[in-house]
Amino acid sequence: MTRAGGFASTVVKLSRTLGNALVSENVARQPGLMQSLDPRVRVIGALSLVLAVTLSHKLLAIFSVFVAAALLALLSRVSAGLLTTRVWLPVLLFTGVIAFPALFVTPGATVLAISSAGFRVTAQGLHSAALLICRVETAATLTALLVLATPWMHILKALRWFRLPQEVVMMLAMTHRYVFLLAETAGQMFESRQSRTVGVLDRATQRRVTARTAGVLLSKSIELSGEVFLAMQSRGFRGDARVLVDFRLRARDYLGLAAFLSLGILSVWMGRA
Amino acid sequence: MSEAVAFALREVTFAYEQVPALRNLSLTIGRGQSVALLGANGSGKSTLLRTLDALCFPNSGSISFYGGPLTPRALQDDDFFLSFRRRVALVFQNPDVQLFNPTVFDEVAFGPLQMGWSSPEVTARVNAALEQMGVAHLRDRAPYRLSGGEKKRVALASVIVLDPEVLLLDEPTAMLDPRSQSQLIDLIQNWKGSSKTVITATHQLEIVEDIAERVIVLEQGGVVADGSPHDVLSNAELLLHANLVHAHRHRHGDVVHSHPHLHSHARHEH
Repeated sequence: MTRAGGFASTVVKLSRTLGNALVSENVARQPGLMQSLDPRVRVIGALSLVLAVTLSHKLLAIFSVFVAAALLALLSRVSAGLLTTRVWLPVLLFTGVIAFPALFVTPGATVLAISSAGFRVTAQGLHSAALLICRVETAATLTALLVLATPWMHILKALRWFRLPQEVVMMLAMTHRYVFLLAETAGQMFESRQSRTVGVLDRATQRRVTARTAGVLLSKSIELSGEVFLAMQSRGFRGDARVLVDFRLRARDYLGLAAFLSLGILSVWMGRA
Repeated sequence: MSEAVAFALREVTFAYEQVPALRNLSLTIGRGQSVALLGANGSGKSTLLRTLDALCFPNSGSISFYGGPLTPRALQDDDFFLSFRRRVALVFQNPDVQLFNPTVFDEVAFGPLQMGWSSPEVTARVNAALEQMGVAHLRDRAPYRLSGGEKKRVALASVIVLDPEVLLLDEPTAMLDPRSQSQLIDLIQNWKGSSKTVITATHQLEIVEDIAERVIVLEQGGVVADGSPHDVLSNAELLLHANLVHAHRHRHGDVVHSHPHLHSHARHEH
């Protein structure tokens, strides 16, 4: 397989992953703890806890929120397997790459010395890396839980309720819906290129192919977004996300909101520097 | 202007960044008429449908809808905007453009929700439209995961749910299998008898007599013929000139023989 083919395969996998991510709206339609709350409470709750773990400086405080988020996920029919494959492992991988140097470059007490390579792992370095990974894992879990347990249109409607500008909400709506179609188009473009390619492409040609494909895809995405907007307008869309469910705060929503905010405040208080 | 005229276009010209799509086009479309728009690729059929749906506006000339001007200014009025979108519906040629909701049910409910109808009414109308288009079993599926024919049916359901007075259909039978095509033709035929105005852009000459009582042939953004299906479809010279048929060349012994490639327009009932 050529390198362009390898890239194509990555794009095709990406499009499948995005497709599966969108299918995850099935989770949002199942009965669960998070799903039983008003979408506005879910948005405020998840975002306030993300803010809390960002402001918190103690590992235990952040880890407590992580455990709470994982429990909430399980009670909301979001399986541990789904979270592991879609959130925890990818976040661990990407954040781990960023956090890894901190093990060695942070000054402090040595806990492990690799004398042959002249490296030493410090306790402070371990703590910094663990803090970063735990913070990102927790924030990603909360965000994934919000998105998985809430239909996208409900999130958009909630964001409009919080006075997020109509243009921003529309951009989010279009991006979410059409990123899959564009990824699929990109995959097909690479497959088509691959079917007409004989032998191995040199690096310069690979770069040209990728750049041209990106350019064509950009043009297509602009055209598609214009067409989609016309189709929405044709059916009466004027910028407001409307859903069949009317948002209504009930006692359990106030309880949920209080629980989210209390946990957030407790986490910031426990994790103060 | 009379209520009998749904659309009146006077000397309409429209261009996409210097590329002309409609040139000095004038025509009227009566209320309840079934019209087929014929023309080769790039003849202006889709642009005309979008202009009638007030998605693009003429560079010069004017359009009226039931006697009132159809302009960006008129559509700024919320009441007129909603009333117009409720009364006129367009089915796009590419269903992927039209399907942007997470599930088929949400897709079909999108239009009614924009109209501000009550939840029970929206639900009842959506269920009826899904049943009518034979896609009720797909209600919880993601639209982008459907086959081409299923997408087209959902796109149709998403506009008929509004029960519009005017239906603008851009290549509605494209991507449909023969059975689905036949069902769609039957549906359009049912509308023919009602007060609905149905304007269909198509390349398929063999369905024209079934779906339309009037045929308008476009070429380079202008009207080159306007008449009954029989008059237009029997004019082989016109169809050849408008690139709607091709010259069929074949050999008889040593002689190469050429004649227009036409299909029979007879409808068979079994």
